[in-house]
Amino acid sequence: MPEMLSLSNDPILFIAVMLAKILAVFVVLLLIVAYATYAERKIIGHMQTRLGPTMTGPLGLLQPIADGLKLFFKEDIIPAQASKVAFILAPMMILVPAFITVAVVPFGGDVVIGGYTVPLQIADLDVGILFILAMEGLGVYGIVLAGWASNNKYSLLGGIRSAAQVISYELAAGLSIVAVFMLAETLSLRGIVEAQSGSMFNWFVFSQPLAFCVFFITSVAEINRVPFDLPEAETELVSGFCTEYSSMKYALFFMAEYANMVVVAAVISTLFLGGPAGPFPGVINLLLKIFFFMFVLIWMRATFPRVRYDQLMFMGWKVFLPLALLNIVITGAVIVL
Amino acid sequence: MLESYLPILVLIALALMFALGSVAFSFIFGPKKPSEVKLAPYECGMPLIGTAREQFSVKFYMVAMTFIVFDIEVVFLYPWAVVFKQLGMYGAGVMGFFVFVLIIGLAYEWKKGALEW
Repeated sequence: MPEMLSLSNDPILFIAVMLAKILAVFVVLLLIVAYATYAERKIIGHMQTRLGPTMTGPLGLLQPIADGLKLFFKEDIIPAQASKVAFILAPMMILVPAFITVAVVPFGGDVVIGGYTVPLQIADLDVGILFILAMEGLGVYGIVLAGWASNNKYSLLGGIRSAAQVISYELAAGLSIVAVFMLAETLSLRGIVEAQSGSMFNWFVFSQPLAFCVFFITSVAEINRVPFDLPEAETELVSGFCTEYSSMKYALFFMAEYANMVVVAAVISTLFLGGPAGPFPGVINLLLKIFFFMFVLIWMRATFPRVRYDQLMFMGWKVFLPLALLNIVITGAVIVL
Repeated sequence: MLESYLPILVLIALALMFALGSVAFSFIFGPKKPSEVKLAPYECGMPLIGTAREQFSVKFYMVAMTFIVFDIEVVFLYPWAVVFKQLGMYGAGVMGFFVFVLIIGLAYEWKKGALEW
């Protein structure tokens, strides 16, 4: 393998490649987010023996674009009693962390460009997984801020509920993947993918089934998806923290939710399913795995009723947290003995 | 080493530009017909009762405090997990004691009912 491309050995090529990778990932993420809304309506429609969107374009394929355009030209309402700066800042504070988390997800092996090795990943951090957890944690600030700044009782309740839910499940999620690091001996996502290379049976989903289940369920809770969507609970909190939002600010919340789904799907694929490993070229394998998890998340929305708040807290602290700790103890015992 | 964070800075700038741009676009091109009722907080279409800046349940504080203790535990566990195979029996023993103390803490909280909702 030739030398790694870096800022010191060819700055112009480095910056060009970096910008190309960033733009490609950003555009693909935006496209997936836009069409995830279409897929969700279409799939849930068919699961409920409806057709979903059909009118805009062939098979309703232009629906996400029409929705986006419509939201652009809607009135931007800022309630008179709201804290203006925080109210405007909050949707951005949710969207930006959701979009930058993908930076550490590797979407292929190494390629050679202009005589240098280039990893197919925006940023290969030694502490990639810490970066992901930190960004997921940052998203909570946006939700709490949105709930508080709206100066609306429903929003405040939604925001606070969400904060308690996310921090409860972040613990179990963070603990469940410790066993993965014990096996991979690294926190870099690239290193974790390499540790699972070889055959399909090296994937950590086979050696760590308990960690996989706990991490998947807690991740669903962390991104506030059904059946853990209590912060927005339409029927009791009128959409919770985004009740007062309209126009593009509302669209940012919406996009952040779907971007978070993509991120969670990508992280689970990387940690437990070998990331870009598989029969096709790397990127396609990763995308297929992401689409699979997105489908499961949508399927869950069509299937499960919402849990109660006391059930949610019970599961987070008394089921998943002890399970994750138990999994670490078992993994440690197996490795040592 | 720091140059591996450069792409993330660029991505943050791009995401911020996208967010700011789309909000600014809808602010400029959207209609603006504010009225007193439209700018009032939503409350089932009824006149407001009291303010939203009220006290909320103390249980949320309990959750937050417990979270801080356990989150620090998670932060300690990460570097330990990475070098676990090299540390061998000694590492397992030391961390086993640390986790045992924390499990006692969790059990105590459980017993006291701090985790009941």
